[in-house]
Amino acid sequence: MQLEDPRIIEFDVRTDEMLVNMGPQHPSTHGVLRLLLRTDGEVIHEVTPYIGYLHRCAEKIGENLSPPQWIPYTDRMDYLAGMNMNLGFALTIEKLMGIEVPEKAMVLRVIISELGRVASHLVGMGAYGLDLGSFSPFLYAFREREIILDLFEEVCGARLTYSYITPGGATHDLPEKITIPPGLAQLTGRDPNMTLSWIDACTMFLDWMTPRIKEYHTLLTRNAIFIKRTAGIGVMPGDMAINYGCTGPVLRGSGIDHDLRRDGEPIYTRMYKGYDYEIPVAPFKDAPSEAILGDNWCRFYVRMMEVVQAIKLVRQAMDKYPTAKGDYRVPFRMGTKLPNDEAYLETEAPRGQMGFYVVGDGDAEPFRARAKSSCFCNLSVAGPLCQGVLIADIPAIVGSLDIVMGEIDR
Amino acid sequence: MKVSEVHALLLEHFGASAILALQEATKDPWIEVAAGSIADACQFLHDDPRTEFDALNDLCGADYLETDAKKKNPCEPHVEVVYHLYSYTHKHWAKLKVKVPRWQGDVAGELPEVPSVSHVWAIADWHEREAFDLVGITFTGHPNLRRILCPEDWEGHPLRKDYAFPLEYHGIRGK
Repeated sequence: MQLEDPRIIEFDVRTDEMLVNMGPQHPSTHGVLRLLLRTDGEVIHEVTPYIGYLHRCAEKIGENLSPPQWIPYTDRMDYLAGMNMNLGFALTIEKLMGIEVPEKAMVLRVIISELGRVASHLVGMGAYGLDLGSFSPFLYAFREREIILDLFEEVCGARLTYSYITPGGATHDLPEKITIPPGLAQLTGRDPNMTLSWIDACTMFLDWMTPRIKEYHTLLTRNAIFIKRTAGIGVMPGDMAINYGCTGPVLRGSGIDHDLRRDGEPIYTRMYKGYDYEIPVAPFKDAPSEAILGDNWCRFYVRMMEVVQAIKLVRQAMDKYPTAKGDYRVPFRMGTKLPNDEAYLETEAPRGQMGFYVVGDGDAEPFRARAKSSCFCNLSVAGPLCQGVLIADIPAIVGSLDIVMGEIDR
Repeated sequence: MKVSEVHALLLEHFGASAILALQEATKDPWIEVAAGSIADACQFLHDDPRTEFDALNDLCGADYLETDAKKKNPCEPHVEVVYHLYSYTHKHWAKLKVKVPRWQGDVAGELPEVPSVSHVWAIADWHEREAFDLVGITFTGHPNLRRILCPEDWEGHPLRKDYAFPLEYHGIRGK
């Protein structure tokens, strides 16, 4: 007996389905994320993310602490962008209490939070290169980030968990005189004992860093292997991104032009009034021909372009800073009673829209403190996005979502 | 579109038995919807071209129970589900609330039920799992309602105001 077409049998041969745990201690899952893969050979049939390994129930803690006391918990959520997390919560409290911060505090916040965005995207870019087997961009990214951390250390004394932006403004003003950060002195060939103002140090760093961005593009963005690994993989249409609540670079990488710095609530957008900046949205004219709208490459490139825009914003804010009116804060006491009201506010953190929802009941401690995580929503799309891809593409897709587990698990 | 206009639209479509209240004297005005009608109301707001709320920014639960005996005006004990909707087309916000008793039929341990909206917005799937996990609300019609942040064998719902911290979990001392 002979079959009509022998190929039918040949293609009907399947390997056994296998359940593979990727993580929770897998380096390319960016922390303690476990992906349960149902695979057929190399092909993924189903991906189920398991989260919660870093869960601290920060919301319960928030119900027992007054807002200034909970600020340190917010920067431990997204520990790569602590400043932006502080800002989101501080603004929510200001919205709830009806506090208006002075112009100087707003300019200060723009400088600090946009610098935080640069630092966060540098890690995002470097770690993404690492996921895809390219080690050197990571080292360059951390070299640059180190200087930003040094600058933040001069501002508030901490390098990662700042607790700097608080309800009412910030804890300190920008320092008048600092010793040049050692890394910056080395990179720019200055005298390591030189003293200068914080603004000058920051300008010096940005002047040094701006031409370096081209190097990252040579190392990663235009790298043939990198394009092969990212372009056309993990394609997410715009309506799917909206349906899954994706925000930030993940949303803009799918071609939805939405940024809360421009489209958000007035209390947040007034900070960015009068600045000249663009919001990078896919598709890009200079994309490689393999790139498709909403793929890994687009999401990555949105972040790279945002770094340029954030630097532009920091420069403009630093020009405004010396003449900005008012003080760097309005006083906010630790035991300030919250009104019998509730407020929800989302801000544009580097990884997406970070929301805080605070319910006050007349006490200093909020009745309910909720943190809506942007990465939580961005990760929820990983399951549908990874269907039908190869195992090796999973780090590329999950990495392009740029997640931080501390924020997802809270 | 303002929240009051969304309220008028909902009231016209679903009637006063489903759309219970409009609270405007607050920072974010909200509409209270009867628990049984929330899924239909959300589907309507999502599909109708006048509102087109294509995104669910946040869904969270909140337990209202006054634990401070000295408090002068204690809140009415209940559990809330709060929906923050957003429309990318019209760039407007809306906030919905559902209030249910803390326990179904006032039997302690019986979780209150709210219809799931995970068929309207895909992200509601995870948000509802989180609200179930931490606040203890059963979302009926949810495809996969299990814990998301706490371990599967965790007991109780931590964001309940009367939650008792466990003394021991798999040999780890809690206190």
